[in-house]
Amino acid sequence: MKPPPFEYHAPPSLEEALTLLREHGDEAKALAGGQSLVPLLNFRLARPRHLIDLNRIPSLDYIREDDGALAVGAMTRQRAVERSPLVRERCPLLAEAMPLVGHFQIRNRGTVGGSLAHADPAAELPAVVTALRGALVARRPGGQRVIPAERFFVAYLTTALEPDELLVEARFPAPPPRSGSAFLEVSRRHGDFALVGVAAVVTLDEGGVLTHAALALTGVGPTPVLAEEAARVLVGDRPTPQAFEAAARKVSEGLRPDADLHASAEYRRHVAGVLARRALARAVEQVGGGAR
Amino acid sequence: MAGLIGASIKRKEDPRLLTGRGRYVADLRLPGMLHAAVLRSPHPHARLRATDASAARALPGVVAVITARDLGPVGRIPVRLGPRPSLEACLQPPLASDRVRYVGEPIAVVVAASRYLAEDALERITVGYEPLQAAVDARLAAEAGAPALHEALGGNVVERLLTQSGDVAGALAAADRRIRERFVVQRHTGVPMETRGLVAAYDAGTRLLTVWGVAKVPHWNRRVLAELLDHPEHLIRVVELEVGGGFGVRGEFYPEDLLVPWAAMRLGRPVQWVEDRREHLMAANHSREQLHDVEIGVRRDGTILALHDRFLADLGAYIRTHGVIVPELTAALLPGPYRIRNYRCEVLCVLTNKTPTGTYRGPGRFEGTFVRERLVDMVAGALGLDPAEVRRRNFIQPEEMPYEVGGAALGQPTVYDCGNYPGAFETALAAIDYKAVREEQAAARRQGRHLGIGLGCVVEKAGLGPWEYARVEVDGSGQVTVYSGAASVGQGLETTLAQICGEELGLPAEAITVIHGDSALVPFGIGAFASRGAMVAGGAVLEASRRLRAKILALAARLLEARGDDLVLDHGRVHVRGAPGRALSLRDLARAAAPGQPLPPGMEPGLSAQHFFEAPRMSYPYGTHAAVVEVDAETGQVALLKYVIAYDVGRAINPAIVAGQFVGGLAQGIGGALYEELVYDADGQLLTTTFMDYLLPTAMETPAGVVAKILEETPTPLHPLGSKGAGEGGSSGAGAAIANAVADALAPFGVVVNALPLSPDRLLRLILNPGSG
Ligand SMILES: Cc1cc2nc3c(=O)[nH]c(=O)nc-3n(C[C@H](O)[C@H](O)[C@H](O)COP(=O)(O)OP(=O)(O)OC[C@H]3O[C@@H](n4cnc5c(N)ncnc54)[C@H](O)[C@@H]3O)c2cc1C
Repeated sequence: MKPPPFEYHAPPSLEEALTLLREHGDEAKALAGGQSLVPLLNFRLARPRHLIDLNRIPSLDYIREDDGALAVGAMTRQRAVERSPLVRERCPLLAEAMPLVGHFQIRNRGTVGGSLAHADPAAELPAVVTALRGALVARRPGGQRVIPAERFFVAYLTTALEPDELLVEARFPAPPPRSGSAFLEVSRRHGDFALVGVAAVVTLDEGGVLTHAALALTGVGPTPVLAEEAARVLVGDRPTPQAFEAAARKVSEGLRPDADLHASAEYRRHVAGVLARRALARAVEQVGGGAR
Repeated sequence: MAGLIGASIKRKEDPRLLTGRGRYVADLRLPGMLHAAVLRSPHPHARLRATDASAARALPGVVAVITARDLGPVGRIPVRLGPRPSLEACLQPPLASDRVRYVGEPIAVVVAASRYLAEDALERITVGYEPLQAAVDARLAAEAGAPALHEALGGNVVERLLTQSGDVAGALAAADRRIRERFVVQRHTGVPMETRGLVAAYDAGTRLLTVWGVAKVPHWNRRVLAELLDHPEHLIRVVELEVGGGFGVRGEFYPEDLLVPWAAMRLGRPVQWVEDRREHLMAANHSREQLHDVEIGVRRDGTILALHDRFLADLGAYIRTHGVIVPELTAALLPGPYRIRNYRCEVLCVLTNKTPTGTYRGPGRFEGTFVRERLVDMVAGALGLDPAEVRRRNFIQPEEMPYEVGGAALGQPTVYDCGNYPGAFETALAAIDYKAVREEQAAARRQGRHLGIGLGCVVEKAGLGPWEYARVEVDGSGQVTVYSGAASVGQGLETTLAQICGEELGLPAEAITVIHGDSALVPFGIGAFASRGAMVAGGAVLEASRRLRAKILALAARLLEARGDDLVLDHGRVHVRGAPGRALSLRDLARAAAPGQPLPPGMEPGLSAQHFFEAPRMSYPYGTHAAVVEVDAETGQVALLKYVIAYDVGRAINPAIVAGQFVGGLAQGIGGALYEELVYDADGQLLTTTFMDYLLPTAMETPAGVVAKILEETPTPLHPLGSKGAGEGGSSGAGAAIANAVADALAPFGVVVNALPLSPDRLLRLILNPGSG
């Protein structure tokens, strides 16, 4: 379990990192927290000729409010997000999901950008940014583009990033008033990638009718899955157990998950519905309690 | 020091381990040391055609590539426990030559300047494989016409075992109620934090071969190595170093235990090999895989009349050092703490194209306890009785001891030495508050929550001999050293032995150095397995210490001109009772005992004594596990809420260490109950080769506040201190107790819980289709 040979670069600035990336293109990989990449190297499943270490680029490490959204730099450690009062205040869904990512030892090293760029369909962050209809900011030498989350996650471990692009920022829009959210998942053990996870976001109008609902699921497809049909049946309705039950049924019906060692497709489909129902109920409770 | 035995003193080994000063085999650096990596078969079953290692040999930094042809005709690895002629045909060769029989089987070894380069070289070796059909499922492998692993064997059934007492058929026919069930225990194994590893160095001048990292049974492994290398035993020194967990798996003689020393001798340079996790999961012994078809016959009141078991043990591709003792022990101890007069057990030991197997903490007992205790709960369910009550009606009573069960294992008939099974049982029930939990369960059910309580009664075996060696010595500076033939696998052996010696010699444990696991310092020894440390190694140290004490007092009596029974040995000094000024230190006495000094008649020079403690019979510690769980019936997740182990060890030398053994063993038992499984696909490919796939419980999966009730009700007559082993009881009851708790929680769904592990997927499938067990 030792990696094949590679050349290691530690650029001190984003510009230099981008230049190196352009130079080596397909043969290079960015190294962020290393919590996913280093195991892949050690198993020789990834064989980049060049590793471009982003850990010496302080300008990618920040959490701030920007134009009504929460902006998080790609090299921000997951643990910093978990502990940030600003995140708890502006993006409770992100705050709730963060402790579910691995163990704190992993989150001390793992970065927000690394998790999103790695695009594991079982990961929490891609589902959070998808449920919130957030966006990802990509940079290449001399250019920048903002990619909506729904278009960022393309396939299993594959994003819309080009070989010469780096992810520099994730943007989580602040929910409107009278919104609530919840993140629930089932994993084999504490800290494992979840078998199934659900990020739920709801908004009520003053009369208590659902004006918006979003459900993004992990572990049930090659990318985070938005349960759009389920969300549709909820909008315009009151948040009753019956409504959640109906939405949950839609969630399960709409899924074609794969099986793996840890759970069958049938398990995932069933539990996705259960978690969707529970997450919706919890999200609605948050509206009442938090009045955010 | 009086009161040392029975005191929960801190472990002697911890200061060095906790401050990072422990030295493990991977820490060892020798000048000019090379690194080895092993090429392993990716195929479960294939004929080997030409191997081409030229590209690997050409890689800069690569010193050697060793294949079976280079190795020449070396022998196969012999059985350590329970050799039988029938097993000879299936022993494992150190390197495969013409055929591979499991994924992970060693084919070649690369030796290079670094492990990185060695792994680069592995990728450049081409091996011609001609895949063969694999026998993966033991049931099919046992049938005529299945792909055969070893032609010489004729089929894949390597051994049939039969245990029998009474008249099972008659008793079953007379039973009021008969229950049949099939139980599956999944393949899983011990996964020590430290993987295996070795460093070997050869001194061509003196012909001394030194091997570091030889754990568990160093002296035995030295003998095997001597035979395979055809090199004299006395010219091989084996050294244990620190060992980060053994659990039965680590320290047995594996192919690498020959290959690494062989390479060091041949190349004339030290060679290090450290197993990585992927290798460990495919190469080190697997364990536990059994399929039981069992029938029990009972009276209406729950009295067990007969037990009939037929089981398949899937032993993997070769017979390794443990022979067939895991199935043998399963059969010997299946009846457990119950009076079962009519018992029959037929075992088929089957070879399959999977990693070979061996013992894992509580071998045979984890499996058998799960089967028996689930069955007892099923009896209770069928008769409408409380499962606790059914157990009470069947326990062997204390006055029936010693109790002959009827079976045998390792050449010993199973005779329980002593025990108060109902006593440990009631202690566990009181500690978990059985009645209160039942009430809580009823209340929870009314709210749609599913609590369950499960019991698992265990009879273990401990203290396998045949003997152990100890020498205790006072050196010229008056310091005491214990030399033990046992081995440490992290269980606190040094502390336990120092306590026993200190009690006799009037010294605190800190003042005693314990040396073990170095064949140059300790000439004889057996090792660390079968919960034998405190019993067998402890017995040897106790007797050697007593002899030394007698010698010290005899010498002091002469020098102080006092009577031996007027002397007090304490704090490293001997003084005359009532006259503290008339005293000699151990230092004075050690010097007075030097050769050439006037000694009492018949006394040998040197202040030391040794003893071989023989243990012709094993002891049978016992206890009860009790678990409370809550199952989420919509997701199949199990939460372990409470856990109690009440377990009788006869005499606890260090209760904190004993409790640690229970809790640590329990963590592994929880793994076996809920998480761990070595999964093969239908073709024989191993799918669980990382810790993302093979799920070990972590601290987070272990319930907080496990209650460990250490009982000392029935000291064993087989041991001078009454101590029985404590190493395995924490594991062996866990599969049973947790499965019973889960089944109890899900009773309203009518599910049949008969297979482990209880993954959410399995449980949800049962809940949604109760007939599918
Ligand atoms: C034991 C364990 C448990 C875990 N459990 C979970 C879990 O439950 N949920 C979860 O979500 N994750 C989990 N993880 C993964 C963890 O969250 C990783 O930290 C994360 O997936 C990757 O982040 P990283 O910073 O470590 O990235 P790295 O491993 O350094 O990189 C991952 C990939 O992203 C690319 N990359 C990184 N940064 C950028 C960038 N700025 N631009 C473009 N590409 C980039 C890299 O080239 C690489 O391909 C677990 C990891 C471990 C070891």
